[in-house]
Amino acid sequence: MFDIVGKRYWYYLLSAIVVVPGLISLILFGLNFSIDFTGGSILEIQFESSSAVQPAQLKELFAEFGFGDTLVQSSQGGIFLIRSKTLDSPTKVTIEEQIKQRWGSFTELRFESVGPSVGGEVQRRAYLVVAMAAVAILIYISFAFRHVTNAVRYGACAVIAMVHDILVVVGLASIFGVLHGWEVDSLFLTALLTVIGFSVHDTIVVFDRIRENSRRYAGRPIEDVVNHSIIQTLDRSINTQLTVIFTLTALLLFGGVTIRNFVFTLLIGIISGTYSSIFNASPLLVEWERRPDRLIYVLSFLLPPVGLAVGLLLLLRGSRVSKPWARGSLVAAGVGVICLGGLLLLRGLIPA
Amino acid sequence: MLTDRRRTLALLGLIIVLAATAVWIDLPGNPGIHIHLGPINLDRDIELRRGLDLQGGLQVLLEADLPPEETVDAGAMEATRAIIEQRVNGLGVSEPLIQLSGSKRIIVELPGIEDPERAIQTFGETGLLEFIDAGSSFLPAGTVVTTTEQIAPTTPISPTVTVTPITEMETPSPEPTLPSGPEEPVYQTILTGRHLTGANMGFGELGLMEIHFQLNDEGAALFEQYSSTHVGQQMCIVLDKEIVSCARIIERIPGGSVSITREGGFSQEEAESIVIRLRYGALPIPLRVETNRTVGPTLGEDSLQKSLVAGAIGLSTVTLFMLLYYRFPGVLADLALLIYASVVLALFKSIPVVLTLPGIAGFILSVGMAVDANILIFERMKEELRAGKGLRLAVEQGFSRAWPSIRDSNFSTLITCAILFWFGTYFGASVVKGFALTLGIGVVVSMFTAIVVTRTFLRLIIDLDVVKHHRWFGV
Repeated sequence: MFDIVGKRYWYYLLSAIVVVPGLISLILFGLNFSIDFTGGSILEIQFESSSAVQPAQLKELFAEFGFGDTLVQSSQGGIFLIRSKTLDSPTKVTIEEQIKQRWGSFTELRFESVGPSVGGEVQRRAYLVVAMAAVAILIYISFAFRHVTNAVRYGACAVIAMVHDILVVVGLASIFGVLHGWEVDSLFLTALLTVIGFSVHDTIVVFDRIRENSRRYAGRPIEDVVNHSIIQTLDRSINTQLTVIFTLTALLLFGGVTIRNFVFTLLIGIISGTYSSIFNASPLLVEWERRPDRLIYVLSFLLPPVGLAVGLLLLLRGSRVSKPWARGSLVAAGVGVICLGGLLLLRGLIPA
Repeated sequence: MLTDRRRTLALLGLIIVLAATAVWIDLPGNPGIHIHLGPINLDRDIELRRGLDLQGGLQVLLEADLPPEETVDAGAMEATRAIIEQRVNGLGVSEPLIQLSGSKRIIVELPGIEDPERAIQTFGETGLLEFIDAGSSFLPAGTVVTTTEQIAPTTPISPTVTVTPITEMETPSPEPTLPSGPEEPVYQTILTGRHLTGANMGFGELGLMEIHFQLNDEGAALFEQYSSTHVGQQMCIVLDKEIVSCARIIERIPGGSVSITREGGFSQEEAESIVIRLRYGALPIPLRVETNRTVGPTLGEDSLQKSLVAGAIGLSTVTLFMLLYYRFPGVLADLALLIYASVVLALFKSIPVVLTLPGIAGFILSVGMAVDANILIFERMKEELRAGKGLRLAVEQGFSRAWPSIRDSNFSTLITCAILFWFGTYFGASVVKGFALTLGIGVVVSMFTAIVVTRTFLRLIIDLDVVKHHRWFGV
């Protein structure tokens, strides 16, 4: 049979290969927030006859009205997408009249305009929403597994897997933002929260089996119990995954353009969710039991303040076992600080 | 055993009734519910409501246009909403939505509107209530005037003696509106609706009907200053540049509590009409368009068609997959899936849920969840069968063992749905709300169909004793 737990480091590596570039892109370039979060306007128009207008001309027109940093994209069928600072109604009407006069009549496909104050508030609330979801789920898992020994471990491992999925999705958004100009809008936030829900959904199904099996096979090594549980739920995981992939792929290929990014984000996130519950969350339970030091080091690397706190705490307790751990976590935290510092330095060097 | 079978049959009957009702609701051209039985009068058309992104239309988020430090009165906000609703009704849009969002915002959704710019003007224009300084000229009700809209910068109050705070009102003449002269005078605005904190009517000392209105501190100060310097002159109440009524200032009025009287008193009707306009005629709170989303009807129609096609393809792929992989139970699961889809759709229509593009995605995603519950159960059943258990026992244990997983895992999705719904409601992000609602409904119904419908089908089949081989279950 498959030995997933035995080969867990390979699977961690695969996760790292996916997550790290996204993380680097996130630190270097951040996210490309849409007008939902920053305020601004999007006007999508389609000219009736194939108009000779060039995007640059539209850009100039907007500049005449004081909208200097306007972006204009053209696509097939005489469709133009114009992104500008928040347009008020009268200005919009005037500009549209000008366009009609100069380049002929058009249909307004879509117009969205968000004031800067709402945008900022939505952004703040978006962070709150993600944080709320994470906390609510941590509480829920601790509650659902309250009768199991080490309930917190289950909760923590599920949260680590969840953070993994968040990083995959957000990292992806950052990379695609740089490469293809993808924007993070309220639909992205929706996709992200759905991924969080699904990630935990999958993790719970596997953990549920581990919970059941650890009672049934009490005394067997944890590696075997976890591995066995993963294998038992593998059919289900793959099949569920397939049905979701079927439906979402259909939506991706045949659904409207407007939700394409949304569906793609969901698809990636849900695949990541299943992967992380099988190959990260469950093996992490084994890790916690066998080599907690390694977990602490990785955590210290990723979150240097935590590493520092843990390291100092262990030093203060000063038992023989904890000394190398303390040293390790402090070193890991140091390396983490250096990496982060290096990236931030690099970010400063990038022209805006 | 007999009672068990009877229960199964009863459940089957229930499922059939449910499915039939759902299909009836789902059918296009549904006549709706029209019941007239004695005191019961129920009229309800059942239609699938499409969101703005699917049929085109306008969504506007209006925000109180006040200095940030000023708190917004909840009652005034609700009155503003009610007035906008009245104005929107005048536009003749079907199924408009006007609701408060948080403490200082109002969402207006007008599906299928033809001319969004005009619509915004109609309800967005504050409907400014002003008190103007008409000087010595009495302006009859209905006169259209030009005003400064801006309150003049304050100048020190010149001291005047006061006796009683009463202004007297001249008889508003029902004469026709006078045409404005060639050179239109611009009248100075003294106060606006936002200075008004209340208006009511009552009987004065002589038992005559009077109108009272109260001003906030800023308004009181402004009015005190104005009244002290303009004794004997006309002050007019103006709504959207149209004179409602004029009154002569008798003396300086401090304290912000003002009474308007008239010789012989106001008639009840007249007083009411003025008070209502003072209270609600103008938006008590000026609003500005904070967010504006317009979707053209072509884009909406296109999106709808595409998502329907995508949904159909996705659903049939899943159905085929279940059939091929799980064989016999797969057929049952597919049947359950169809019931699931029709129940969810029926719920969408009857609640009603406004269907948006992400909402459709949520629904399609929830199909995956519905299947997941079935898969969990079937995988468990297969395990039990492989362990050598009998068919009946395998079915029962498959269900009871899979249930905790289904329950616990779906609950986490419901938590995120609830949080998303809250987020969506707050900002009028109806796309987010639509998604959360459809996914949430989908999850709940999927638990029901997996546990009740699929199980009843399986029990029934076993009772009928038609299944002989485990191979039918893919073992």
